[in-house]
Amino acid sequence: MSTGNMNLTLKIWRQKNTKAKGGLVDYKLSDISPDMSFLEMFDVLNEELISKGDEPVVFDHDCREGICGACSMFINGRPHGPKEGITTCQLHMRSFKDGDTIVVEPWRAKAFPVVKDLTVDRSAFDRVIAAGGFISVNTGNAQDANNLPIPKVQADSAFEAAACIGCGACVATCKNASAMLFVSAKVSQLAQLPQGQPERYRRVQTMVAQMDAEGFGNCTNTGACEAECPKGISLENIARMNRDYLSAKFVSEEDI
Amino acid sequence: MAELNANIPEGELTDKWTKLRSSMPLVNPANKRSIEIIVVGSGLAGASAAATLAEMGYKVKCFCFQDSPRRAHSIAAQGGINAAKNYQNDGDSTYRLFYDTIKGGDYRAREANVHRLAEVSANIIDQCVAQGVPLAREYGGLLDNRSFGGTQVQRTFYAAGQTGQQLLLGAYSALERQVGMGKVEMFTRHEMLEVVVVDGKARGIIARNLLTGELERHSGHAVLLCTGGYGNVFYLSTNAMGSNVTAAWKAHKKGAFFGNPCYTQIHPTCIPVSGDHQSKLTLMSESLRNDGRIWVPKKKDDQRKASEIPEDERDYYLERRYPAFGNLVPRDVASRAAKERCDAGYGVGKSKLAVYLDFKANTERYGRIEASVQNIHNPDKETCMRLGREVIKEKYGNLFDMYAQITGEDPYELPMRIYPAVHYTMGGLWVDYNLMTTVPGLYSLGEANFSDHGANRLGASALMQGLADGYFVIPYTIGAYLSKELATKPIPQDHPAFVEAEASARGIIDKFFAIKGTKTVDHFHKKLGKIMWEKCGMARNAKGLTEAIAEIQQLRKDFWSDVRVPGEANEFNPELEKAGRVADFIELGELMCIDALNRNESCGGHFREEYQTEEGEAMRDDENYAYVAAWEFKEGVKFELHKEELKFENIKVAQRSYK
Repeated sequence: MSTGNMNLTLKIWRQKNTKAKGGLVDYKLSDISPDMSFLEMFDVLNEELISKGDEPVVFDHDCREGICGACSMFINGRPHGPKEGITTCQLHMRSFKDGDTIVVEPWRAKAFPVVKDLTVDRSAFDRVIAAGGFISVNTGNAQDANNLPIPKVQADSAFEAAACIGCGACVATCKNASAMLFVSAKVSQLAQLPQGQPERYRRVQTMVAQMDAEGFGNCTNTGACEAECPKGISLENIARMNRDYLSAKFVSEEDI
Repeated sequence: MAELNANIPEGELTDKWTKLRSSMPLVNPANKRSIEIIVVGSGLAGASAAATLAEMGYKVKCFCFQDSPRRAHSIAAQGGINAAKNYQNDGDSTYRLFYDTIKGGDYRAREANVHRLAEVSANIIDQCVAQGVPLAREYGGLLDNRSFGGTQVQRTFYAAGQTGQQLLLGAYSALERQVGMGKVEMFTRHEMLEVVVVDGKARGIIARNLLTGELERHSGHAVLLCTGGYGNVFYLSTNAMGSNVTAAWKAHKKGAFFGNPCYTQIHPTCIPVSGDHQSKLTLMSESLRNDGRIWVPKKKDDQRKASEIPEDERDYYLERRYPAFGNLVPRDVASRAAKERCDAGYGVGKSKLAVYLDFKANTERYGRIEASVQNIHNPDKETCMRLGREVIKEKYGNLFDMYAQITGEDPYELPMRIYPAVHYTMGGLWVDYNLMTTVPGLYSLGEANFSDHGANRLGASALMQGLADGYFVIPYTIGAYLSKELATKPIPQDHPAFVEAEASARGIIDKFFAIKGTKTVDHFHKKLGKIMWEKCGMARNAKGLTEAIAEIQQLRKDFWSDVRVPGEANEFNPELEKAGRVADFIELGELMCIDALNRNESCGGHFREEYQTEEGEAMRDDENYAYVAAWEFKEGVKFELHKEELKFENIKVAQRSYK
């Protein structure tokens, strides 16, 4: 069914469920086209496995255009593979060579338990957002949007932080499995906007508390998260969050 | 069966919604706490509805098949969201947005719904900004707008090329806030497999826990389906891989009519197919047409590179055919024009199934403006191009990057190659003005319903409709129903209707495993997609549709006798999920062809080759087809047509012209 000319060896992490012991299994694939996306290469593999009566490899994916944040493969030791600034679904086979061996593993972190094969449970991220990653405004009767001018530079900076897709590559690549880049992106987005001020110090405290409760590690400033983030979320956000977290300690209880 | 009553309020068009809202029965706060609402789907419509209803005090259960509500496919919407704010002072108004939408939909949408949509559009922007959604701004700190197709004003709000992401994360934040407060119970990795109807009213759902395979019963006083569109019936579309029709289709089989299934939107600017391995298509936002120019060579089968073709040998065919709207004609018109050029042999690229989308002229124009801003006088062309590129990058950077990733070409240097692809479905569950389906207590919001876009949706209107339905419409209209349900006690989950619905869901799963066939689910999905694209795609005719119906019926037989579903029922099994979805797509595909065959006219996205003007434009038949086709499901996969006549009292129905 494929039309290309690449032959590959895949070493893929297979694990029946959270409790089962997993391991790398070898698969050979031939006639892969360099125009295929990495996940389309997995589609080919799965079609072959099903036809042979084997179980297909389970992996998370949905939009396949780099925005939903579902795909999450650790490829040759790097989240989302060898290229920078993209997700696994945007990776194409032209980034590999004929004859390559490719090792594919799931995200590994205490807070992201493996569900099956390459799929992990990232619900910890949702719980961190639920702990404070919002502005408490009910629907209805908001003031006219242009009553609140926001300097463009500030709005752009908030937008850059808001571009996070919640994929978890930052956690996967961090030697401490820290979620600081993810958490700080939301904290920093809202802290830079006037709408976010009333809950600014409360937010940073509740979100950090939840982050710790989920079992994410601490930040030791290696910068791996920033280097591997498919959306280029900056380390500056962590600095901003740390500043706010520290400031919160000096803000009186009534202001939090 | 239920009578098709759209329940449009009496009175002047401009007063209908205001009057209804103030006379709508209310539910008092204490009673709200004992009323349970089930929301299926967590995209813009689902998340906004779930959050808002919980804020009001209802007990909400929200379901999504993804691992997080933040991954619903609304996240991928790129270009923007319309609102009649008239911030640009260019003559916009509620009426004009209403008018553009009705006209853009080729006079096949309900006036009252569309007017309400235009009325609440401005509130959506206010709400989102209050939530901290970082929409694009100008240097003065005020919100920026861009142009979109089918309109001559600038009313589209945006956040670079990821507006859907930002709006969805706003709604997701609001939803998670309610989850954190315990007012919404969130069920991720759950898929709805049945609607439970008790004594004629929707009272719950059967959902499969995708991780354990367990079938769960969930009861509620009302059920909201916010489950998106069914573009994946074509296999290749710009939809996410998991986008499906299953929830809507199960509801359809339980008595909810399906409205205008044949109205499909083929988006003109997508990255062309590159090979058989292709699993999905990627859109390049319509906003690019605002700053780009579409062209093909004037010479057939021109082998030269785009850069080597001089200006006077290029055919800017949209500007030529539609001087008034040019590159900003609506999507259906632009798609057909691209197909026409390619079919006539003027296509570009390897496959010859592509046209150019070129940014050179506007890059230079933007650069010239930026040079003035930066006090550079008499800038040379190179400086203009350099500065202009930065402006373009700020506006569309992520889209240009996406294009480069997929094609391996640099769109800043070379024009993009684009071709139409399935993108959105205007059809969906039939709903009345209150967004209720023909099953009492069962509602449908967002792309899942048929309501506001007629036969063709204008760009930047999907986000508007999803959020309008969830934030501003359903919170009011559901009160009318629930105020009569106060005496209804919590629904017992051992009711025979639950038992039966669960057995039916289990029966289908067991059947899949019993087949032990030889072909994968994708094999059948691709076959279905091919039939649909060739015979029920951008252009349709009676002969092709008749053939397609027979082919799909055969495909359904083959599927149910030869599909292979690996693994087991009681585990995380994505192939099993896909099998269920494709089974429903096959039935839906047949209905789409039946609907397309029934509609002997061309309108919007539905183009019947037999019905066109001499110039190749869509030719409507208002005398015989100014109705919504609402199909009722009958035993044995048969469908019965019901008609809702469309009355145009405020707009003069005319031949749509963008010339």
